[in-house]
Amino acid sequence: MSETQKVKDPTPPVKESQGSQVVREIMSGNAVISVLAVVVALVIGGILIAVTDPRVSTASGYFFADPGATFSAIWSSVSEAYGALWRGATYDPTARTWQGQLGIFETLTFATPLILSGLAVTLAFRAGLFNIGAQGQIILGAAFAGAVGFGMHLPPVIHLLAVILAGAIGGAIWGGIAGFLKAKTGAHEVIVTIMLNYIAISLVLYLLKNQLKDPTSTNPISPQMDANAMFPLLLGPNFRVHAGLIVAILAVIGVGWLLNRSTLGFEYRAIGANPKAARTAGMLVSRGYITVMLISGALAGLAGVAQIAGTEKSLDSEIAGSIGFDAITVALLGRSKPWGTFFAALLFGAFKAGGTSMAVNADVSIDIVAVVQSLIVLFIAAPPLIRSIFRIKAARREGASA
Amino acid sequence: MKLELKGITKSFGALIANDHIDLVVESGEIHSLLGENGAGKSTLMNVLYGLYEPTAGEILVDDKTVKFSGPADAMAAGIGMVHQHFMLVPVFTVAENVALGAESTGPGGILNLEETRRKIREISARFGFDVDPDALVEELPVGVQQRVEIIKALVRNAKILILDEPTAVLTPQETDELMDIMRQLKAGGTSIVFISHKLREVKAVSDTITVIRRGKVVGSADPSAATTELASMMVGRSVSLTLDKADAEPGPVTFKVTNLTVMNDAGQRLLDDVTFSVADGEILAVAGVQGNGQTELTEAVLGLHKHVQGSIVLDGNELVGRSVRQVLDAGVGFVPEDRQDDGLVGEFSIAENLVLDLYKKEPYSKFGSMNRAVIAKNAEAKVAEFDVRTQSSQDAADTLSGGNQQKVVLARELARPLKLFIASQPTRGVDVGSIEFLHKRIVAERDAGTPVIIVSTELDEVLELGDRIAVLFAGKLMGIVPGKSSRELLGLMMAGLPADEARAQLDGTVAGTAGTTPAGTAGTTEGERS
Repeated sequence: MSETQKVKDPTPPVKESQGSQVVREIMSGNAVISVLAVVVALVIGGILIAVTDPRVSTASGYFFADPGATFSAIWSSVSEAYGALWRGATYDPTARTWQGQLGIFETLTFATPLILSGLAVTLAFRAGLFNIGAQGQIILGAAFAGAVGFGMHLPPVIHLLAVILAGAIGGAIWGGIAGFLKAKTGAHEVIVTIMLNYIAISLVLYLLKNQLKDPTSTNPISPQMDANAMFPLLLGPNFRVHAGLIVAILAVIGVGWLLNRSTLGFEYRAIGANPKAARTAGMLVSRGYITVMLISGALAGLAGVAQIAGTEKSLDSEIAGSIGFDAITVALLGRSKPWGTFFAALLFGAFKAGGTSMAVNADVSIDIVAVVQSLIVLFIAAPPLIRSIFRIKAARREGASA
Repeated sequence: MKLELKGITKSFGALIANDHIDLVVESGEIHSLLGENGAGKSTLMNVLYGLYEPTAGEILVDDKTVKFSGPADAMAAGIGMVHQHFMLVPVFTVAENVALGAESTGPGGILNLEETRRKIREISARFGFDVDPDALVEELPVGVQQRVEIIKALVRNAKILILDEPTAVLTPQETDELMDIMRQLKAGGTSIVFISHKLREVKAVSDTITVIRRGKVVGSADPSAATTELASMMVGRSVSLTLDKADAEPGPVTFKVTNLTVMNDAGQRLLDDVTFSVADGEILAVAGVQGNGQTELTEAVLGLHKHVQGSIVLDGNELVGRSVRQVLDAGVGFVPEDRQDDGLVGEFSIAENLVLDLYKKEPYSKFGSMNRAVIAKNAEAKVAEFDVRTQSSQDAADTLSGGNQQKVVLARELARPLKLFIASQPTRGVDVGSIEFLHKRIVAERDAGTPVIIVSTELDEVLELGDRIAVLFAGKLMGIVPGKSSRELLGLMMAGLPADEARAQLDGTVAGTAGTTPAGTAGTTEGERS
């Protein structure tokens, strides 16, 4: 049945390769889909929490004798877990220390590099490039920032500015390579950026064992950054939230202006939506690919700065964590819009901040958070799934096709 | 076999493509469906062919209700369809293509093509098709490929043949041959549904004409009806089909193309040593069957091609080797062949599309920042001036109909002072009502003293607009002839005869032999093979 239905559906004319068509649809869906994807992921996460909870399985043992017990066990298990997640990410009156009560600032701290690297993916995508290489660009940005941060000794403010600039340049170089290869040889940016991720990791590991190594340590780790090179903490030493957040918010505003108001952004969007028309209108498509990857890489590089000069203080091979990959999800969830990316990054920051609290206070494995995040990706990547769950009519544009 | 459609309705969401259509095709008649692009003709035929399920209504074959759940059912009921874009496998032979989907096999599943070959020869002989079953499809001319499609349907015992815009890809001579074939099929008892928006052809070949507009049957007409009457039925208001165009008053020659050769990456010559010039205030129409170098010619002028030799001079400045930006800045207005692919960014608003190549200029932007208010104001003015039918100039360009999209492209390109205006297929897929308007704007640009180049595969358009007509064949210029040349002359040139030879052939011989040129070429290939 579904097979014949498929045949009967009038297919819109395919103007670009199937793959990029799919990616485009995923990235440009509406906000409702994003919200519903999160909701459905949380519901399924809740089911997983319930079935893995021993109290629920005990109660279900005498389900027919007392079905209410099972339901109340499910309710208490799921509400405790998500309650702990929510409190951990925002405000938890039960925490022992007053710093611990204010999880919202941990959320903001985790969100900072996600905002910046999410913007990197978003910007490149709007120009039609799928930048999978935020991870490598973050690592390079952090390495460049670190080299300036602990290798040089400059006066306050100037040192920090130098660190920020170096990080942006490091990321821009790494992103720019992919843009240059795309523009000059047509090499696909997805392949190139994935490979550059591996190269970045190996390169930094090499540097950490040689040039950037802390001579006092036996591990592959760099010396600590100068105090002048660090982002000032916004709320004093009790909280980790740092001035990188301000950089990130400025970047959201800047990318928003770039995309929606500037002639450069007009070019990027035209190139992303229809490169042939852009070329016919006199735009230099290949130059657009190079510059957008430079800017995208610089944004990811700033995420690297936020890591090393915000929270980590020294460079090691784990500096980027999984930020570069979460950035892709964040950009997807944010529908490749600057403010959408911002809020998606906040959500992921909250997952990270609240996940620990959930593990500790509700005794739910922190892996649940990873599962929920993965489910979000799944549901966003399959908009028809969400649509069929909620019976949303696809807003298709169909001509009379005569 | 009699075919009847009763109250067929097909909707896609909110869009109703067919609205209660009634249609009766009697046995052995040629029934034309006349309607503009987007009127719902193809949708109706796809319903009939089982590709779409009708939302309401029923199909009757010989007064019995039938239900098709796919093309196979339709074929079994005796309905065959030749699509606008052929459904042939280019690397297969004619016989293999015909057999595809209904192969007869010997023991062990071994393909047996002998039976198919025999049937092809039989049908070829009966209708004078002149098709070799063992010829490779990709080596056949387009007109012959179309006959293969017809054979495919006939082999499957089609009693009703649907031809969807079959003349769009043919030269005038090939069109005449197709019409002969249609008449023969009709004499043999096959009914034909002929879908077209070309009034001349519909009048020439039909027994009955049904006119469809916006998904509804608006009436039927007799083939003897006046062309203007048919056109008004099709469009829904009176249209003038002839352009009141004053004779050109050519000024000095400011645009010269000399020995222009364009090659692809493989070094194949797509445009071969072409030389011509266009004067101020003159329209040069470039005619030719699709794919004979016209696209390359226009793209070479704009600077989109890498391998270009020769020279293109505008106002004393060499254009070869310049970037697209520089060419546009030199005063070239360019309407690309495929507006959706090259002319517009579909998801951009109409307002944004109206500044797609002007966005860097003041007042649309300043210091790298776009001025939205000015862009919106510009859009309002252009939408009004060019009568773009839209609810808002902030709507996405791909919500517009083809005609309105083309108006947007033209409005943009005519917005600045031009030194040369090039338009490729300016009215392809555009409704008759808009064609009138677009043509007037193009002539107005000429009258303002701009040299104009129009590339078109529609002979009507070429004859209507061209002050002089250049014909391209296989990348070579067959010659430039005056604007009022005969269709026969242009047809011969489009089939590959240089102007003087074509003239000699028309003067020296009877018109009858002229028509057989393409078929003759096919015959030679066949002779070499068998």
